[in-house]
Amino acid sequence: MSTTATAIDTGHHDHDHDHPEYLQHHFVSADQQFDSAKMGIWLFLVTEVLLFSGIFVAYAVFRNWYPESFHETFSTLNIVYGFVNTCVLLTSSYTMVMAINSIQNNQVDKMVNYLFTTVALGAVFMLVKTVEYKEKYDGGIFFWLWEPHGHHYEHLANVAYASIFMKLYFVATGIHGLHVLIGMLLLLWVAWKGKEGRWSSDYYNYVEVSGLYWHLVDIIWIFLFPLLYLTS
Amino acid sequence: MSVTMIEPGQTMPAIEHHYLNAEKGIKSWLTTVDHKRIGIMYLISVVLFFAVGGLLAVFVRLELLTPGRTIMDAAMYNRVFSAHGIVMVFLFIIPSIPASLGNFLLPIMIGAKDVAFPRLNLASFYIYWAGGILGIIGMLSGAVDTGWTFYAPYSTTTTTVVWMTLAVFVAGFSSILTGLNFVVTIHKMRAPGMTWTRLPLFLWGIYATAIIQVLATPVIGITMLLLMMEKLIGIGIFDPKLGGDPVLYQHFFWFYSHPAVYIMILPAMGVISELMATFSRQKIFGYKAIALSSMAIALVSFLVWGHHMFVAGQSEVAAIIFSAITYLVGVPTGIKVISWVGTMYKGSISLRAPMIYAQMFLFLFTIGGLTGIMLGSLNVDVHLHDTYYVVAHFHYVMMGGTVIAFLGGLHYWWPKMTGKMYNESLAKWAAGLIFIGFNVTFFTQFILGSQGMPRRYYDYVPEYASLHAFSTYGSWILGLGLLVAFICFIHSLIKGEQVGADPWGGTTLEWLTTSPPDAHNFKRVPLVTRNPYDYDAAYDDLLGDGMGDGASRTPVVSPSRS
Repeated sequence: MSTTATAIDTGHHDHDHDHPEYLQHHFVSADQQFDSAKMGIWLFLVTEVLLFSGIFVAYAVFRNWYPESFHETFSTLNIVYGFVNTCVLLTSSYTMVMAINSIQNNQVDKMVNYLFTTVALGAVFMLVKTVEYKEKYDGGIFFWLWEPHGHHYEHLANVAYASIFMKLYFVATGIHGLHVLIGMLLLLWVAWKGKEGRWSSDYYNYVEVSGLYWHLVDIIWIFLFPLLYLTS
Repeated sequence: MSVTMIEPGQTMPAIEHHYLNAEKGIKSWLTTVDHKRIGIMYLISVVLFFAVGGLLAVFVRLELLTPGRTIMDAAMYNRVFSAHGIVMVFLFIIPSIPASLGNFLLPIMIGAKDVAFPRLNLASFYIYWAGGILGIIGMLSGAVDTGWTFYAPYSTTTTTVVWMTLAVFVAGFSSILTGLNFVVTIHKMRAPGMTWTRLPLFLWGIYATAIIQVLATPVIGITMLLLMMEKLIGIGIFDPKLGGDPVLYQHFFWFYSHPAVYIMILPAMGVISELMATFSRQKIFGYKAIALSSMAIALVSFLVWGHHMFVAGQSEVAAIIFSAITYLVGVPTGIKVISWVGTMYKGSISLRAPMIYAQMFLFLFTIGGLTGIMLGSLNVDVHLHDTYYVVAHFHYVMMGGTVIAFLGGLHYWWPKMTGKMYNESLAKWAAGLIFIGFNVTFFTQFILGSQGMPRRYYDYVPEYASLHAFSTYGSWILGLGLLVAFICFIHSLIKGEQVGADPWGGTTLEWLTTSPPDAHNFKRVPLVTRNPYDYDAAYDDLLGDGMGDGASRTPVVSPSRS
């Protein structure tokens, strides 16, 4: 048993001089810190997928049980809104990638601009969503509301179980919308700190991690859009 | 470099600088990111919730002392047993071992300075408390009387379930973040030479647990969220009146809550592996078998949820499949039990308090496990479903298993955490009382259940009276035992003798650092050159200060064999 090998001396209380400022004390190297952050966010994304999976399972079960109500209900959704929002989110994923690409090349200003563009696209998404919610609200349909009226929605009052599907729609898009909002706040913070010069090509963990989160928000919409808007 | 051996009986010099006195004041604790302090704060919190849940259990047993009304009415009784279940499951047993002992030991055992995300670790602690406070609000504002399972449609028609489900949702977040932190820490933070096959078995248990926490807890999150929505906006997916399906709720609920059973037991199994090795002074028998069986249990845990619903109206085919897979759980569990017994075989067994708890675990958990197999068979389950037999079974596993292992681990690592030894005879008295009290309380319930006493009932026919009374007497002995154990720990804090780095002759890394450990765990990053239970190699290796590089050695008490 070898006992002569050299242990790594990391310095005890005092900070080692060649350790960069962003390296937290309990990591040995910046690589270790970056890898940990990345693994952490990937695991978190797994938990997010599992969270949404509950909604997808409920969707699958009830679509299987009441296919006619499913068709009747979801054919009232406006494909145009859904389509526009899909395009908006896909574009925002692109600008997010470009933000990371910029900081990898040490172009801080460019990164900040791309981040603001991403946040702006998120805002467009939320705006479209609000218009869509408003239309339904005016038709007597909302999270807690079920009194369908008006030309577009009144027939739903006579469709059995239509409220289950409408409310699933609200829960699914509502939780997704909440994720978009959280993502926007996160990216605003990252952009703000970027302006202060916190990130560089050596250290952009937070940009990378929030980017991965933003892509998740995007990808969940990519599943929600066809399942809600296109398959009826 | 001379080796200072300090004989038993000689007093150890106290450690000057350690994590407990690195910073002072209550604020330094509440804002700490040190995993050891967070572990201690979790320890205090789970003990607090255990006391609350335990007190509720005493009231439940007291009510059941005689048929009819004893101390409370039926509505109150329903609330009390529900609160007992919810507090014990979500606020005590799920965070118990991983969040307290796991937090304290995980980084030290792999030779790291901290977990991968220290701030997230502190955040999980506060999220846990947010869940706890919401739960308390839920309890005080009219209280939930659904049992800890919140079955629909009853839960969607009573009023206060929203607070409680929100509490579970929030506490779940804490559990996810802790699990995530632990997985990343074990993957990325191991010291040089700490390969996967050199991980102490406690960490294999914690790792398997953390995986389940990450993969199962989000499902209870969405389940609770959907239940809240069902209650608040009436989606109609669980309530049959609106076209929903209550059995769907049960699927959702048990998809998490069955794996959660293994969140509760896997860390306990990890503790037992450590105790068996150290107190048998023997290389653990079947290291890889124990390590991989933890992973196997984690995997199978996701495939057996349907065995909670044999009589809930799922198809016969589904029931048969779930029953068959349930039997599979017995295989890795049996591998563990046999490996522990194999470790003791021809070992130099020292029956100190932690080892006594380990023996209790072996005895009680085996009963709990075997009765689980019985409940997993369809025809037996139809008879025993929702009787005291089930209550006795899961208390043998959860309390006889997890709580006993928690107590054993707490005695074992107490000197490391506090630098003080506990009083051995007081600890043994406590262990004895707990063992007797536990068996009197819960073995009786196996008999009650097999005679047909349904669980959760407020009243019963006079034929069951003597057994119910007997069980209640047991709960008093059990409570007394736990109280003595608590006093033993407090006594140790005040009067306990200072211990050296390695009072047990343990060979895992935590015994190389001082007791209590330095704020940064080790003076240098240790270099791992051997397997965790190489007692033969450890002696050579421990020469030097045990950091693996042969530098001067910290004093170590010679391993005592009583």
